[in-house]
Amino acid sequence: MSRSTTLWRTAALLAASGIALAACGTTGGGDDPTGNGDGGGGNDAGGDCSAVFAYVGPLTGPAANLGINIVNGSTLALEQFLEANPDCEVTLERFDTQGDPAQATSLVGEIVGNDDIIGVVGPTFSGETAATGEVFAQAGLVTVSPSATNPALTTNGWDTFHRIIGNDDTQAPAVATYLENIGAEGVFVIDDASEYGAGLGGGVVDALGDLVVGTETIQVGDTDFGPAVTAVNASGADAVYFAGYYAEAGALVSQLRSGGYDGLFMSGDGALDPGFVEAAGAAADGAVLTCPCAPADEEFTAAYQESAGQEPGTYSTEGFDALNILLQGLLEGNTDRASMLEWVNGYDAEGITKHIKFDESGEVAEVVVYAYPVADGAIQLGEPIE
Amino acid sequence: MAFQYVLDQFVSLFVGGLVFGSVYALIALGYTMVYGVLQLINFAHSEVFMFGTFATVWALWLVGADATTAGVALVASLAVAMLIAMITSGGVALLLERVAYRPLLNRGAPRLIALISAIGASFVLSELMGLRGALASALGVDDVLGRYVARSRENLGLPTDRTFTVQFEVLGYGVTNKDIIIVLAALLMMIAADQFIRRTRLGRGIRAVAQDPESASLMGVNSTRVIQLTFLIGGLLAGAAATLYMLQVGLTRYNAGFLLGVKAFTAAVLGGIGNLRGALVGGLVLGVAESLGSGLFGSEWRHVVAFVLLVVILLFRPTGLLGESLGKARA
Repeated sequence: MSRSTTLWRTAALLAASGIALAACGTTGGGDDPTGNGDGGGGNDAGGDCSAVFAYVGPLTGPAANLGINIVNGSTLALEQFLEANPDCEVTLERFDTQGDPAQATSLVGEIVGNDDIIGVVGPTFSGETAATGEVFAQAGLVTVSPSATNPALTTNGWDTFHRIIGNDDTQAPAVATYLENIGAEGVFVIDDASEYGAGLGGGVVDALGDLVVGTETIQVGDTDFGPAVTAVNASGADAVYFAGYYAEAGALVSQLRSGGYDGLFMSGDGALDPGFVEAAGAAADGAVLTCPCAPADEEFTAAYQESAGQEPGTYSTEGFDALNILLQGLLEGNTDRASMLEWVNGYDAEGITKHIKFDESGEVAEVVVYAYPVADGAIQLGEPIE
Repeated sequence: MAFQYVLDQFVSLFVGGLVFGSVYALIALGYTMVYGVLQLINFAHSEVFMFGTFATVWALWLVGADATTAGVALVASLAVAMLIAMITSGGVALLLERVAYRPLLNRGAPRLIALISAIGASFVLSELMGLRGALASALGVDDVLGRYVARSRENLGLPTDRTFTVQFEVLGYGVTNKDIIIVLAALLMMIAADQFIRRTRLGRGIRAVAQDPESASLMGVNSTRVIQLTFLIGGLLAGAAATLYMLQVGLTRYNAGFLLGVKAFTAAVLGGIGNLRGALVGGLVLGVAESLGSGLFGSEWRHVVAFVLLVVILLFRPTGLLGESLGKARA
């Protein structure tokens, strides 16, 4: 076990430094979009800026895309950091949970047991965060999640938990605002019974009040949604909101359309993934996806594309910001878990997604929710919901 | 509990259940036939079905069908896709028999060993599909295969248009051409399989081996051939079920077979495992019960309804609804 970890670490180090060197050669002179070191370059930290950070979340499995977006965003932050601070030895270790709380629970011991790890990007999903939060809290290992949005996560008293994204309680009122703005008359809310889906779906139902004409719960992994389609058609709803992940969202919209439903289909950040459009095809056109995550600007898109070889996706910008907070802490000389935790708790600076500052419970202070329309077989750029 | 809702939407829920039940029934035939002949539960049959769903999509890509394909061209492409799916699933089933069962049976291994082998084969087939992208890039052919291996752990959608036209209305519910096609196609295929077993020489061979393998081989029946044939028929029907499933559901995934397999196996047991007509009855009853149960209690209770029904029926009829084995079926 430790052998392979060392191997991995060495390989990751080599790969990261190789990419950083290559980046030095090609981009040279461009101004630094990370905001690292307050415009000063930040080389002053000297030799004591070595650290290992961990990414915790899915890299394989049915919801791998979101995790890969995050890890690519974080990797870009790391590359830019290493370019600006060539003396530092920083690596990002990847722990693949497949998005499964059970897998996450079995990995978390390894993570907190590795004293070299002083900060965590993740966990990615609410379920795995709920399952591992206590262990991170006891170990005093700071976690910055780019994407776990279940509201209850900040009520556990975990000092180590932070998220740089608005929770589902903030997304739900924005969904209601959006639906009211477009003049929806009846909304049918479906959730997938997951930690995330049930939280978001419940919030949307509360926020919509009388506009809700029906609710239904499906199961993650199900493929036939015939009874749900019947219920939607019977309710006479002119909008459907699905709180769940893209695998089920694709199947659901596809079956709603073939079942004769022609109203608006909306879903949340869990469905904001090219996989949703690819699987559902033409049925996805016209759908609107809400997300407290920010779209990538041109500069970020270009840098991300060069680094990852693909377009940035959902949570890529948040993945960038999450690791960036930790990296800036490292530059300030926080090289152990306790001081890194203190640094993140007191963090107050501009990120690429929003102004980042955490409250006592670990919630980010500023929240903007965006609506991403689907058209012409692709997810278009999001607009803030006001 | 929503009795009024179920009454209002009865036709919609019933037809939906019938359609999905037809798919269950077609897959259930594969379980029931293999069980009838070998007293073996072929747990990898769900993966035989899953390969059929992928073959359907790939075949449609190959013939160039997309969202704009309509009319005769659409029907023809779907027919070709179904044929290719049947051949693929039949092929996978034969391969499965050759690799995972025959070596064991030839050495006289206990049935339990074959069961473990079946579960193992199920994982292997499912992961082969899920890792096809990684396999292709390891072999250096991922550029050639392109989208056939891209995003191999993600959902894969049916490329054709899935808006169906309403043919006629029953009590306010519009029955679409898709509903009719799925139920009719499934029924036709099951009748064909049933008649094949009952009336043909090869079918008689299957029944003979199911009744008494030793006497059958003394009477000149080649039992290896019969077992192959059984797997082949099961595979062909699973392939047909796969295309019908894709019409209904619209997308598939490398692990799509698991849940369907469990349900189809349940349908086979419900109808009386080993009994062809039982598989049909079991599939339809299960599909309709799930659909009505979902309407009554909510979709999240769907699987609970299915298995409570199974337990209740087995309490009163331990051999299933029709409860007669393939071997004892009279010609």
